[in-house]
Amino acid sequence: MSAREIAGAVLDPEMPMLTLADLGVLRDVTEDGEHVTVTITPTYSGCPAVAEMRADLRRTLAEAGYRDVEVRTVLSPAWSTDWITDAGRRALAEHGIAPPGAAPSGPITLTLASPSTVVRCPNCGSPTTEETSRFGPTACTALRRCTSCREPFEHMKEL
Amino acid sequence: MSHDDSAYEHLADAHDEHGQWAFGTGIEDVALEIAAPVPDGADGADLAEYCLMLGDDALAYGHRLSEWVANAPELEEEVALANTALDLIGQARVLLSRAAHLGAGEDEDDLAYQRSEGQYRNVALAELTDGGDFGHAIARMLIFSSWRLALLQRLVDSTDPVLAAVAAKGVKEVAYHRDYAARWTLRLGDGTDESHARMQAALETVWPYVEELYRVSDVEKRLIEVKVAADPATTRAEVDIVLDEVLPLATLTRPDRPAVGTIGGRGGRQGVHTEQLGHMLAEMQSLARQHPGAKW
Repeated sequence: MSAREIAGAVLDPEMPMLTLADLGVLRDVTEDGEHVTVTITPTYSGCPAVAEMRADLRRTLAEAGYRDVEVRTVLSPAWSTDWITDAGRRALAEHGIAPPGAAPSGPITLTLASPSTVVRCPNCGSPTTEETSRFGPTACTALRRCTSCREPFEHMKEL
Repeated sequence: MSHDDSAYEHLADAHDEHGQWAFGTGIEDVALEIAAPVPDGADGADLAEYCLMLGDDALAYGHRLSEWVANAPELEEEVALANTALDLIGQARVLLSRAAHLGAGEDEDDLAYQRSEGQYRNVALAELTDGGDFGHAIARMLIFSSWRLALLQRLVDSTDPVLAAVAAKGVKEVAYHRDYAARWTLRLGDGTDESHARMQAALETVWPYVEELYRVSDVEKRLIEVKVAADPATTRAEVDIVLDEVLPLATLTRPDRPAVGTIGGRGGRQGVHTEQLGHMLAEMQSLARQHPGAKW
């Protein structure tokens, strides 16, 4: 397998149903002789998973025989949930996390009420769900509740 | 347990050749951009100082937010405040790393843990203690986030690639913080008599520290000329738009209190702080100062 395929299959440490490639944080993998350079980008500025991603990339590549690995972090261009692949969105939904809708664009306006966008319940598919907390267990998720089946679930926030 | 099975070994491995965890992480790798050259026309020392200003705002305020962990009124709010802290400390890491790269210190940890209060460049609003008052936390977040969002929106076009990158990411994060604070302002202001009175009191407490946000230091003046820095004086209108929308809806009144003065023209940007910063740093820095360069 190429270094790119191996790096792309490494799992996200906080949402292990996603590969780094699915999450869209894997920017580039280049091989120059024995030297492999992997470039990743953080989801949020303070994402604590970046250090674990770096370690996982090194370890997985080392196990595949790539010993000379450099992992770089770049900030620009800033990651957006639009970079999550379709396969990644399906994996999120299958694991009970509602995938994000389209990332907001245009001017930033103050929003005093929860946006009225439809977030479908990943358990029963009902479109009638409500936000219970804008911040969830990881920086990138919010908490919601389905008003049909009553199940609470996480929603990956549009960013 | 064999060496390979040690969970701690695994954690140390996360940080490359440094083998460090907690303070002392793999610092020079925080972002590739921090090694970018100083933009044309800008002075490197000025840029380092400016990165400290914006970085210290985020670090000091991020630390104050982190004090709510295990102290917030509800679990959801604790998670929200901690996540907000995390975003800001993430911004601070990049900005302090850039400042260190430009010669302000060894690295981000050296700057965060080894500077005394007179060397900190944050505005006073960032360092104030909430004193366990959730209303104070919300009043400060409403103003701080509205102001920082306006600054970051300008910095997206900075000629410095690090400031531009921090801003591009930070705009989305801080807009979220501002919305959170605005919603809680509505809920508390237009809530019970008790919550209304406490929210109004919190606004009155933070208000004297708002004027400092719009003051322009000499370093900023020089960097504004070369399109590196954002002009804080121009952010007033945007903060006022938010307050003019939120406060009446929350049945709160805009405070009418005089601003805290400067000392001979010197304020937070020049290292003159309230006594509250020293107390905060004593706690924030104690572990790193007792065990310099510790690894575990």
